[in-house]
Amino acid sequence: MNAARDILRQLLRDPAAAVGLLIILLLVFIAIFAPLLATHPEAIWDMNPRQRLLPPSDTYVFGTDRMGADIYSRILFGARITMVIASVAVGVALLIGVPIGLISGWTQNWLGEALMRVSDIFLAVPQIVLAIAISQTLGPSIENVILALSVTYWPWFTRLVHAEVRSLKNETFIEAAIALGVPTWRIILLHVLPNVASPIIVRTSIGMGFTILTASALGFLGLGAPPPAPEWGRMIAESREFLPEAWWYALAPGLAIFLVVMGFNLLGDGLRDVLDPRIRRAGARR
Amino acid sequence: MREAPILKADRLSRHFPVRNAFGIRTGAVRALDGVSFEVAPGETLGIVGESGCGKSTLGKALVGIHPLSGGAIVFEGEEISRLSGRERRAVAPRLQYCHQDPGNSLDPRWTVRRSLEEPLIVHTELEAAERVIRIRDLLRQVGLPQTHLDLYPHELSGGQQRRVGLARILALHPRLVVLDEPTSGLDMSVQATVLKLFGELRQAFALTYLFISHDLSVVRMMCDRVAVMYLGRIVEIAPTETLFRAPQHPYTQSLLAAIPDIGGRRVTDTFTLEGEPPDPARLPSGCRFRTRCPRAVAACAETDPALRPLRPDHAAACLLAG
Repeated sequence: MNAARDILRQLLRDPAAAVGLLIILLLVFIAIFAPLLATHPEAIWDMNPRQRLLPPSDTYVFGTDRMGADIYSRILFGARITMVIASVAVGVALLIGVPIGLISGWTQNWLGEALMRVSDIFLAVPQIVLAIAISQTLGPSIENVILALSVTYWPWFTRLVHAEVRSLKNETFIEAAIALGVPTWRIILLHVLPNVASPIIVRTSIGMGFTILTASALGFLGLGAPPPAPEWGRMIAESREFLPEAWWYALAPGLAIFLVVMGFNLLGDGLRDVLDPRIRRAGARR
Repeated sequence: MREAPILKADRLSRHFPVRNAFGIRTGAVRALDGVSFEVAPGETLGIVGESGCGKSTLGKALVGIHPLSGGAIVFEGEEISRLSGRERRAVAPRLQYCHQDPGNSLDPRWTVRRSLEEPLIVHTELEAAERVIRIRDLLRQVGLPQTHLDLYPHELSGGQQRRVGLARILALHPRLVVLDEPTSGLDMSVQATVLKLFGELRQAFALTYLFISHDLSVVRMMCDRVAVMYLGRIVEIAPTETLFRAPQHPYTQSLLAAIPDIGGRRVTDTFTLEGEPPDPARLPSGCRFRTRCPRAVAACAETDPALRPLRPDHAAACLLAG
């Protein structure tokens, strides 16, 4: 569509956002083609005691870990886990949070109030603490990390959508649609939702970065995917006993987390500049 | 006498609760406080009054944007104020509301084509091809080129947006349109164009208008009858010429005196409206106008005057009128 191309063009004009977009495209590319890009794909799960803790070299670009596996290859496969966790968790949070925000923002009755108070309860506890509690209770696995993250992240979307819908509801064009006799479901889906899409997209991008950070923290605490899985947070946790001698062990996964989170945040900020209705409307109106 | 009214408002009221810091209800603002009137088919009834007198609330309550606290609306013989959502929406095609700037009533993300198509999708069984024909017709009727169909509202000029908004309202051939301050914020030449357009559309679509405005000269030009509102009530209602020639309520008299009139007699010397209207949450006892009324007597603080007919077509809510 034309609008999408416009947004992309504006986004690429902002260097920071372009870098963010590049990092994320690279991450997606790596996640998809990890088996082809990895130099030692077979050595991710196996033990090679003779190759333990080798510094970076031509064969092992980022060195090897305590099991003798190639860290470079593990990072590539770790991108898959990271992407799956972040996109599924944020996707589920969207599916829960956005409809609840739409309903509570539109109805403004006891039901809406009750839904908002529930989201307040979730927001009152720091996300990481709640996520630790949930995944600790359910046991370490990728599914439980995803569950913990989506259950703790949806209220952010609800808050955002609720506030946007409440202010939209007083807009003339929404009033006009009511006066025109347009059914409520149609107003919400066709008029309200597209007009709150921009802040949702921005929040999704920032939320992806945030979720990856939290997922890595859970992995670091041993609550993520179980041991042989090449999970970035867990790799850092494993490296601790070999620091500072095996400095490369923590460096690669640390850099990977840093770059990806920064990428999503840069893209989110860039999207906000391009999409945010308050900034855009000031220029477009009248 | 006159034919059966197309719209009959019976003691409409709309109260907004006033809450203190703890959210406890301490009183109510009576934006509408027992408003009754009738509109005959084909006529244009003007509603005038200062800002905050409840004109807009009245308009929005009539078309169902705001709920009523009490009273009844009879439209084409049917009580519509207590209908459920679906039944109420079925009335919408015949009873339409036009915002101050109908251009603002367009979704900024929708093309003109999509905005105009929506009422047809919601309220008619027309096929896509028939809808396109109707949309093209409408565009011609409000005087816009067909090439504008695929533009977005922000790509149109203010006047063109206004015309698209009107086309959208007229898409379903309404019987009655509530026009809320249709000329405010326009310069004189645009105002004239817009009023002319309203006149033409009234002819073309056999419309009845409820014309809400604070601009008395526009009302005088457009309306057959005029109702004057003050703090949520109609204080005087009469045919336009009668009202402008011989206003009976002191509030109407002061309003009319405030119209600047080039070359006319200066009436402001004898009659001025002073101060602000009282807080609608704390109305004075008796007549609500007495605090500003130059003719107020002791009895005005005792009795709240009802709207009473002075002649068959002229009524005023003042003890001293007539």
